[in-house]
Amino acid sequence: MKSKTIKGFATLVMAAVLVFTAACGNNNNKEANQPSNSNAPAATNSANAPTESTEPEVKLSGEIKIDGSSTVFPVTEAVAEEFRKVHPDVRVPVGVSGTGGGMKQFTAGEIPIANASRPMKDSEAEAAKAAGIEFTQIDVAYDGLSVVVSQQNDFIDHLTVEELTKIFSVEGNAVNWSDIRAEWPSEPIVIFSPGADSGTYDYFAEVVLEDANMKTEGVTFSEDDNTLVTGVAGTPNGIGYFGYAYYEENQDTLKAVPIDGGNGAVAPTFDTIKDGSYTPLSRELYFYVNNAEMARPEVAEFVKFYIENASELAGEVGYVGMPQEAYDEQLAKIDALK
Amino acid sequence: MNIFHDANRKQIANRRVKDKSLHMIFLLATSVGIIALTVLLVDIIIDGWSNLSPDLFTNFPSRKAEDAGMKSGLVGSMYIMLILVPLSFILGVGAAIYLEEYAPKNKLTRLIQLNISTLAGVPSIVYGILGLALFVRMLSLQKSLISGALTMTLLVLPIIIVAAQEAIRAVPRSRRDASFALGATKWQTVSRSVLPSSLPGILTGVILAASRAIGETAPLIIVGASTYVAFLPKSLTDAFTAMPIQIYNWISRPQVAFKDLGASAIIILLAILILLNITAVIIRNKYQKNI
Repeated sequence: MKSKTIKGFATLVMAAVLVFTAACGNNNNKEANQPSNSNAPAATNSANAPTESTEPEVKLSGEIKIDGSSTVFPVTEAVAEEFRKVHPDVRVPVGVSGTGGGMKQFTAGEIPIANASRPMKDSEAEAAKAAGIEFTQIDVAYDGLSVVVSQQNDFIDHLTVEELTKIFSVEGNAVNWSDIRAEWPSEPIVIFSPGADSGTYDYFAEVVLEDANMKTEGVTFSEDDNTLVTGVAGTPNGIGYFGYAYYEENQDTLKAVPIDGGNGAVAPTFDTIKDGSYTPLSRELYFYVNNAEMARPEVAEFVKFYIENASELAGEVGYVGMPQEAYDEQLAKIDALK
Repeated sequence: MNIFHDANRKQIANRRVKDKSLHMIFLLATSVGIIALTVLLVDIIIDGWSNLSPDLFTNFPSRKAEDAGMKSGLVGSMYIMLILVPLSFILGVGAAIYLEEYAPKNKLTRLIQLNISTLAGVPSIVYGILGLALFVRMLSLQKSLISGALTMTLLVLPIIIVAAQEAIRAVPRSRRDASFALGATKWQTVSRSVLPSSLPGILTGVILAASRAIGETAPLIIVGASTYVAFLPKSLTDAFTAMPIQIYNWISRPQVAFKDLGASAIIILLAILILLNITAVIIRNKYQKNI
């Protein structure tokens, strides 16, 4: 009796698994067998897609592998998503192996486009040269690195770059907030920072620390920015930094500290990042394209499409679009490659 | 005559207290795990339940949380399983049969045995690096579905070999002797007597290994699974993504809507894992009854 029930149940589960697999298999077939059908809605969509280019005269196909910075990923993903609506046969897989990881593949000629949240290093440029690869750097958007404290923090009104250096460097020797400004409480400084592998860390260290060394003792490092958000929000005497998008989404628990880079304290906002008044922590986001790959029409079209839509799409995913002149410059660079 | 001196009574009482307190400690040890798991599940279900929709199965990833799905991840994980399960079954059971039935019991065999047990505990990221060097670079399979699936096969192979060996070892000596007494060859004995009795154990091992593979992220990222993939792989050398990678991407985004979507995706992944585990239990029960 009991074994019968188990047998029945077993059959049921097996059947469920089979149906599930079969259902998924069907989906694939549908896609593979009915390209005409899947093109139809895509064509209608392209009318709504934020693009200035007209309907493609030639039907583009092929694959454009992109890899690199996880910071630039959301922008490239958004562009790839819109590009697919116009050119459904061009496959654009986007990976996130970090700026350094993407550069390694790019300079070895494995991928035509690499996302980067920092300019290419000399060593990477040499690797590309050794492999006979010529490349072009294209700027896509701005990100304002935001220095943040908890909403519960009531004493920090702004920080100068020198004070940032003192807070974050070993050489600054600051233990308590009173070491930074005498009127601040003698509470310990608790730091939250992105991990040393990230482009965000590299950029912050370069701008704020210059030749000094980043503190490691008592610092919470995390590759996951959401961990940093939670950490800073729950620590009244904590401080941290990360991309503007993470601050923008968490304004109810975090305060962005206005930064004085020599011309008065400026808080990171969409406008101050866009017009360049939020310095020196505004950074550019890039991608690098292999010049030889621009001969492939789908790559050339994708790169152009990227720049034409970068401003709007960057804004949608939490970054800041550049002024139109800057995009015009990028387009000129691209045209020169053809 | 008083058999129980006061001292004895005291000793007995002491032992009982010790027994009681150990009982409590073990209960506590059990509940820590269960409570943590329950909290995790409840949290995930609260965040993710409301977002569970067919879109998650039918849509490709998107920058807009309301349009995003994990069709490519789901199908990618499924394809990996379709390659991994038969391949690791053949290789794993083959190795186990050799080691248990054919291999001479000498130092070399013991060394191989030791290595396999050690490999079962090697961190998954190491397999990722191995896969990158071996499949992606040396065999130039590129960053493709087949590279990912083969790397995952390597990852679960030691687990399957060990499980299959245990299962084969559990078959009583007398069964083999009976078979040999009837004049059967080694292969006849293995294929008609040993394997059928050890199959439930072997299959349980294979399914548990598969459920480990389906949750692994690190090795796949290293061998080049992409994060945004808006197409389904049509050949073994196509780019791909997998469920855990999609989940990791969603969870690490700044927008709350994506975090909730990640929770929904975790529910689906957990459901698949539970389904695999139930299958393992059922297979074991079914075949054990017949023996």
